[in-house]
Amino acid sequence: MSNGARVGVLELVRKTGETSVFFLRLLAACIPALGRPRLIIAQIYNAGARSLIIIMLSGLFTGMVLGLQFYAVLNRFGATEALGTAVALALLKELGPVLTALLFAGRAGTALTSEIGLMRATDQLTAMEVMAVDPMRHVVAPRFLGGLIAVPLLTAIFTVVGLFGAQLIGVQFLGVDHGIFWSQAQSAVALKDVTEGVVKSVVFGAVISLIAVNEGYHSEPTAEGIGRATTRTVVASSVMTLLLDYVLTAIFL
Amino acid sequence: MSDYQSNPGADAPEVVIDARGVHYAIGNRPIFDGLDLTVKRGLITAVMGPSGTGKTTLLRLITGEIHAGSGRVAVFGQDIGALRTRELYATRRRMGVLFQNGALLTDLDVYENVAFPVREHTDLPESLIRKLVLTKLEAVGLRGAAELMPAELSGGMARRVALARAIVTDPEILIYDEPFVGLDPISLGVILRLVKQMNDALKITSVVVSHDVHEIATIADYTYLLSDGKVVASGTPAELARSDSATVQQFMTGGAEGPVRFHYPAPDYAEQLMEVSR
Repeated sequence: MSNGARVGVLELVRKTGETSVFFLRLLAACIPALGRPRLIIAQIYNAGARSLIIIMLSGLFTGMVLGLQFYAVLNRFGATEALGTAVALALLKELGPVLTALLFAGRAGTALTSEIGLMRATDQLTAMEVMAVDPMRHVVAPRFLGGLIAVPLLTAIFTVVGLFGAQLIGVQFLGVDHGIFWSQAQSAVALKDVTEGVVKSVVFGAVISLIAVNEGYHSEPTAEGIGRATTRTVVASSVMTLLLDYVLTAIFL
Repeated sequence: MSDYQSNPGADAPEVVIDARGVHYAIGNRPIFDGLDLTVKRGLITAVMGPSGTGKTTLLRLITGEIHAGSGRVAVFGQDIGALRTRELYATRRRMGVLFQNGALLTDLDVYENVAFPVREHTDLPESLIRKLVLTKLEAVGLRGAAELMPAELSGGMARRVALARAIVTDPEILIYDEPFVGLDPISLGVILRLVKQMNDALKITSVVVSHDVHEIATIADYTYLLSDGKVVASGTPAELARSDSATVQQFMTGGAEGPVRFHYPAPDYAEQLMEVSR
């Protein structure tokens, strides 16, 4: 093994170990943090409510594109009544959780990383430690829990708005029967499909929030260091989302 | 040497911070090389020294943020480096620290910043917290700024808010990191008097890290001068002023030439200039 490769492997092992230890500390801090719901609600608002516009707009356009594409394909086989089924399953099982996670990583994950990184750079985390207040409990855990709770909620909103968008195109503009669209969607979706979407969104929420707070907490306390940490959050979150999506899909099939 | 160190009689003040043989290095660069320092209860102890001598590092050793490579830093008689997290936090609750840049929490306004440690560590009713916070803000002259956010404060105001936050829990030890940097003359005078008053009235032990020789001389009971990782001189401000040590005199008078190096180690100046011209 070349020297460069050895350094790379060692760095990967070090990073994995550091993240694992951080995750265990975070889990331990989450228990007392649950006793301070006000802090968690504030973070659900910061990460979740403030992402609503982008999630709803993206959901609407994604649903509209799905409506168009599926209609075009199904029309070739004379099966446009299956539009509701196709759109509902695609949104619920795949596009809802994955696109919401990717948007959340870009919108809220980066904000979490840069916020915690700046708190580190301006000695706010140190000041808390010196005031005998554990920043893991007061700053990191509420943000992690806020993200963990916000992503499934945003996914649900994305999926509902997406269905509305598909219905808008399929029913209002392309003439698919309103009753057929909704009854097909309703009858084709099983509890297992809903569970798959919910599990994916919870896992994505946990992983993205963990990556975001970890990168912020360990960022170099300089402008350049925080910038690099923010970039790492987006890249790692996106790759992990797509990788875990494949793994979870394979498990649920 | 003064009575401060050499005469620990029965009525001598209790030692609250005791650093013995402290060695600390960042990478291969040694910061402390056998540092010995004592802080006694109820006194204002100043730590002075040129930039880069590890004054802020010393504060971080005292608060247990970092640990000595060897030697021992004892606070309230306990080795701060050997404490478990719970014990460390219990010890820190008896200290207040004023950071050089204030380190205010940027998502909270001035009032909530000062109230923060009280809310975190006590179950006091809101009416009492309000009285406590307003009292401390009044002491630093910023009661009227209670609703401002940290981003709306000047550097000096932020430092004064941070001081109010540091004293709101009535700590036994107050640690000041460069408290006078960037203050206008009025704020500086107020802060100086405040440090002195808290020390006189509440018997708070104060450790002040500062470059400001003349300001420190007006309030400090005892002064340590650090250089090259060690205490090079100590005594009352008057004793240091009378000292014939070249290091002490260079620092007191601000001379560029002397035992304390002003220039960072570099190749020969003339040779380097010639290299550039070649």
